[in-house]
Amino acid sequence: MGVAQFLNRFRLGIVESQFRPRRGPLSYRGSAVTVYLPIAELSVNILIILGMGAAVGFLSGMFGVGGGFLITPLLIFYNIPPVVAVATGANQVVASSISGAITHFRRGTIDIKLGTVLLCGGLVGATLGVWLFSLLRRVGQLDLVISLLYVVLLGSVGGLMLWESIGAMRKAAKNQSTPRRRPGQHNWIHGLPLKMRFKKSKIYLSVIPVATLGFAIGILTSIMGVGGGFIMVPAMIYLLRIPTSVVVGTSLFQIVFVSAYTVIVQASTNYTVDIVLAFVLMIAGVVGAQYGVRVGQRLRGEQLRALLALLVLAVGIRLAIELIIPPKDIYSVVSAGFGF
Amino acid sequence: MFDLARLCLVSLLLALASPAAAQIQEEDLSEFTEKLEIGISTDEISITSDFRGADLTIFGAIDGFDENLLAQGKYSIIVTLEGPKENATVRRKERVFGIWVNTRSMTFELVPESYSLSSTRDIETIAPPGELGNMGIGVDHMRLVPLGFVGDGSNLGEFRNAFRRIRETSGVYQRDPGGVRFISSSLFRASVRLPANVPNGVHIVRAYLFRDGLFVAAKALPLTVVKTGLEQAITRAAHDQPVVYGLFAVLLAVITGWGASLLFRKE
Repeated sequence: MGVAQFLNRFRLGIVESQFRPRRGPLSYRGSAVTVYLPIAELSVNILIILGMGAAVGFLSGMFGVGGGFLITPLLIFYNIPPVVAVATGANQVVASSISGAITHFRRGTIDIKLGTVLLCGGLVGATLGVWLFSLLRRVGQLDLVISLLYVVLLGSVGGLMLWESIGAMRKAAKNQSTPRRRPGQHNWIHGLPLKMRFKKSKIYLSVIPVATLGFAIGILTSIMGVGGGFIMVPAMIYLLRIPTSVVVGTSLFQIVFVSAYTVIVQASTNYTVDIVLAFVLMIAGVVGAQYGVRVGQRLRGEQLRALLALLVLAVGIRLAIELIIPPKDIYSVVSAGFGF
Repeated sequence: MFDLARLCLVSLLLALASPAAAQIQEEDLSEFTEKLEIGISTDEISITSDFRGADLTIFGAIDGFDENLLAQGKYSIIVTLEGPKENATVRRKERVFGIWVNTRSMTFELVPESYSLSSTRDIETIAPPGELGNMGIGVDHMRLVPLGFVGDGSNLGEFRNAFRRIRETSGVYQRDPGGVRFISSSLFRASVRLPANVPNGVHIVRAYLFRDGLFVAAKALPLTVVKTGLEQAITRAAHDQPVVYGLFAVLLAVITGWGASLLFRKE
């Protein structure tokens, strides 16, 4: 080392030194593939994040789902703090839902009036959800609640889907025509007051169940970072008896606005939206989705649903295991400034 | 050649640093003739986002030392770099109905976010634990005062130990017995570690001189750590302009999602 270099280094006050690589998946020493996530406050391998985004994008394109319920747990598995994973997941949902929403809007398969009622409930739900999120974070129970909600939701939805698709496959094997469950004429929901006519959907329905559904999904969006389509679509078809033709478009309409709203509220109250992470996920996700759509078109419906059900169950089980097995360290430290 | 250059540099630096930098005279005990001088070349460090940790080098000198004692190696030096202080909450998980849940917690008042210690030898051999405890030198002797503490204090020790252990394993609290070396009879060079996730803000470099187990003199210098680069700009935006930041995040998602669908339609 020359004198000049030494002088130069000394002026900076820092002498670079070799560091022992720390344990854990996130400890990459300054290599080209590492990217620092400013809000999550850790360095990650960009290839892994890109791969995650592409894989989830591929699956979301293949199955026609938003992918929020897969991306958030995957990020948590990769040691991204759950608070960041959830808020960033909501941002990814905006990107993955917007193009679908626009397509449906062009085709005229969105019931704007119905969507607006859903949205009103959704915005209230998301506001309450973010408030709950902050509260749970303060008392140190947020990670637990996120995991529990995921286990319950993924377990029940995955289980139901698997049950239904296996039944359908069995019937198809026996060469029976699958009896499509016809929505019945009326149920108790249709006896509720405050009815409104939704012209596009050609239904006359109380706003109470619609806004309530939107409200519930809004809470899920803000606490779990999911769009909620996988719950909203069946609920709209089976509970509200909304014609299938407008269901997907209308739910996408609600998802785009509620998740966009959630991102803004999360960013301004909890400061947990990591734009770098979100952007990497989005780019990989939207590209992956394009290929997923192509593959999805070649597979049969019930096989597709069975595959998705297995995937959903696997993610749920993995999260459940993490709640049950003894943690590596029963203690954790949270600093006031950044409450992870 | 190199050693000569370094020595020149050190003296030059000390001459410059002593009056210029705002030195905090911690204690001045008249019964000792020794004085401690330290210098760092800058009071502000800019760290880029790809920072993976580094050593901060601090030069110092003992003034008015006793030749005999110095020859016998009776002088010991401890140098610490203390990060900005924040409250920190330690939580403990317990099994409740088969799942692991955070049940108890304890918040310690204003503890440093990072702490790096270097010494001429293991600090436990430099001074008795009581003295170190009084001065709060070293991770094991750091003051950990529980905030709004209610209870019998029976689990205070376990939470303190857990806090120290976690901070040490995560690398924000470090110690290096042997990180302070004499480069001439009374000039010393200390390296303290800046961890990869060094917090932003005013850090304090402290140097303590011990003679034969007795505290003699101390000196402190402030050091501001400023993170720079795109990532830091993003962090600042997220905290200073959260609504704009949120809107921008959404806009980015809209452009990406919409853009991709347009792009792929053309193909």
